[in-house]
Amino acid sequence: MCVKRVPETGARITLTADAQAIDTSLLGFTISPHEECAVEEALRIVAEHGGSTTVLTLGPPGAAEQLQNAMAMGVQNAVLLETDGSDWNAEATAAALAEAIRAQPEPFDVLLFGNEAADTGDYQVGVRVAHELGLPCVTGIKGIAIEDGKLTARREAGGGWEIFELPLPAVVTVKEGINLPRYASLPGRLRAKKTPIARIEPQPRASALETIRLVVPPEQETHVKILGGGADAAPRVVEVLRDLGLVTS
Amino acid sequence: MILCLVDGDPVSLEALTFARGLGEVEALVFEETDVDGYTTRARRVVHPRLGDYAPAAWAQTVIELEPEVVVAPGTDRGQEVLAHVAARLGVALAANVVAVAADGDALQITRQRWGGSLLEEARLTGTPKLLTVAIHAVEPQPTGVATATEEFAPSLADEHFLVQVSGREQPTAGTVRLDTARVVVGGGRGVGSKEGFELLEELANLLGGAVGGSRVVTNLGWRPHSDQVGQTGARIAPDLYVACGISGAIQHIVGCKGAKRILVINKDEHAPIVARADWAVIGDLHEIVPAIVAELRKNGR
Ligand SMILES: Cc1cc2nc3c(=O)[nH]c(=O)nc-3n(C[C@H](O)[C@H](O)[C@H](O)COP(=O)(O)OP(=O)(O)OC[C@H]3O[C@@H](n4cnc5c(N)ncnc54)[C@H](O)[C@@H]3O)c2cc1C
Ligand SMILES: Nc1ncnc2c1ncn2[C@@H]1O[C@H](COP(=O)(O)O)[C@@H](O)[C@H]1O
Repeated sequence: MCVKRVPETGARITLTADAQAIDTSLLGFTISPHEECAVEEALRIVAEHGGSTTVLTLGPPGAAEQLQNAMAMGVQNAVLLETDGSDWNAEATAAALAEAIRAQPEPFDVLLFGNEAADTGDYQVGVRVAHELGLPCVTGIKGIAIEDGKLTARREAGGGWEIFELPLPAVVTVKEGINLPRYASLPGRLRAKKTPIARIEPQPRASALETIRLVVPPEQETHVKILGGGADAAPRVVEVLRDLGLVTS
Repeated sequence: MILCLVDGDPVSLEALTFARGLGEVEALVFEETDVDGYTTRARRVVHPRLGDYAPAAWAQTVIELEPEVVVAPGTDRGQEVLAHVAARLGVALAANVVAVAADGDALQITRQRWGGSLLEEARLTGTPKLLTVAIHAVEPQPTGVATATEEFAPSLADEHFLVQVSGREQPTAGTVRLDTARVVVGGGRGVGSKEGFELLEELANLLGGAVGGSRVVTNLGWRPHSDQVGQTGARIAPDLYVACGISGAIQHIVGCKGAKRILVINKDEHAPIVARADWAVIGDLHEIVPAIVAELRKNGR
């Protein structure tokens, strides 16, 4: 599976002076909730069907922390595609990940991604990697079952579900909700610290989508009307509901 | 040609409305959605094997038409199909765009990052230019001009059908969908328990609405994840959002800012969501919600 190191943003995002990045001087780092679920799903697949798991990330040297967290949850192998910390575009990220995956000594059956990274939200790296590797792929998945060399994937659609069947090996991008990720155990954390991480130096490339600057959207503060301080406010709430046409009588 | 992908999801009409800002648009209609009045031209895709959604086949259909710009709604399908087009053609894809302007051969775009907590201004070059439109970034607006529709039969091969919807599970009858509900009653950590949501269900039922929740309540297993509103959940746009015991973290706000009105019930008047609300009741939701329910019943509902 592929995960991405992103800042753990709080209530308000602060930018660097040149508006090119988030000011992370006071922030910790994490991975997106979707990717935590990808790690958990990989562990569940292996618990049921056997095999091993490998986690990859492209990022600065510090991204080793996110690989270690995945290993603390139970992932066996980790690969760091080490960058100088600059922002990589989706095309370059996918090309580098595909090359690293191709170079893995063991063949794989399932390649898991998050549906979108928490920071860039590009919604595309998984699909691009699938194309580079010539594999079938499906995105936005909230349920996976594997049987007889075939993967069945479920996606929410129109209040119900749509179901896809893919031959293996396959690429699946998952969404939060597919499972509830486990916490890392203390022995897991100790083991992860000792496990070596494979390192690769990938080559960047330009994109036709060029960032000019980041902008914090203005807060849309409203003029809030306080209707009351407890149960006594109920008649006024119902008045509001009636004005909105939500109460007929 | 500016092509806009349309499927059965009504947010396709938001994408069509957005795309018109770039010039004359052709709707590429894969599933029944009435686009009449939203665009001057439409092509309805017909193919014997396109009985149900197949991402690579939809992408191939787009590619065959050799468009200069492709716009799609920022739905699972819109993002997926354009990602396939981008990967096949080796071009860039700008996801969740909220504003666009022509700049010579390039496009100046503003797009959402961090689920909408942050915006990125960027320049998109190359051909074709691919962009998805953030859900609820624009209101669908018909132009009133009639749409001329013709059929289009793409040339598709086996390879485009390797992945296709092979089955469906319909939603349980009678449930109100979160993403299209007129009223959403949302609950957060303040609801206190799984059972606490029965109160919210009751209020939602009386108003013909759906129940939603924060990430805290789906993580605690009080509600299924399909009820989650926010960055990694649903984007809702009801007439009224009633937020009970929700603090209003930015990751939650980006999911409910499409609501026309917000009514907050929270015991903390300084909770960030109060500053986003139209109305607020400050106090314990376990007293306030039953009182509202009782008042509604008293009024004969
Ligand atoms: C990458 C990322 C993605 C995320 N995606 C989402 C997402 O999609 N959706 C989402 O919701 N969150 C998301 N989050 C989490 C988000 O940051 C918050 O942690 C979460 O929204 C908080 O939920 P809450 O408001 O229920 O809980 P809290 O923040 O704990 O707030 C509880 C509120 O309830 C009030 N309260 C308590 N008791 C009562 C009572 N008896 N009566 C009335 N009021 C009461 C309190 O005053 C408080 O305001 C995401 C976070 C990250 C990092
Ligand atoms: N730098 C990266 N390293 C590893 N995986 C990544 C990286 N960037 C994106 N991904 C994966 O691709 C998914 C989609 O990312 P994106 O297309 O950027 O929204 C993420 O959820 C990750 O699983």
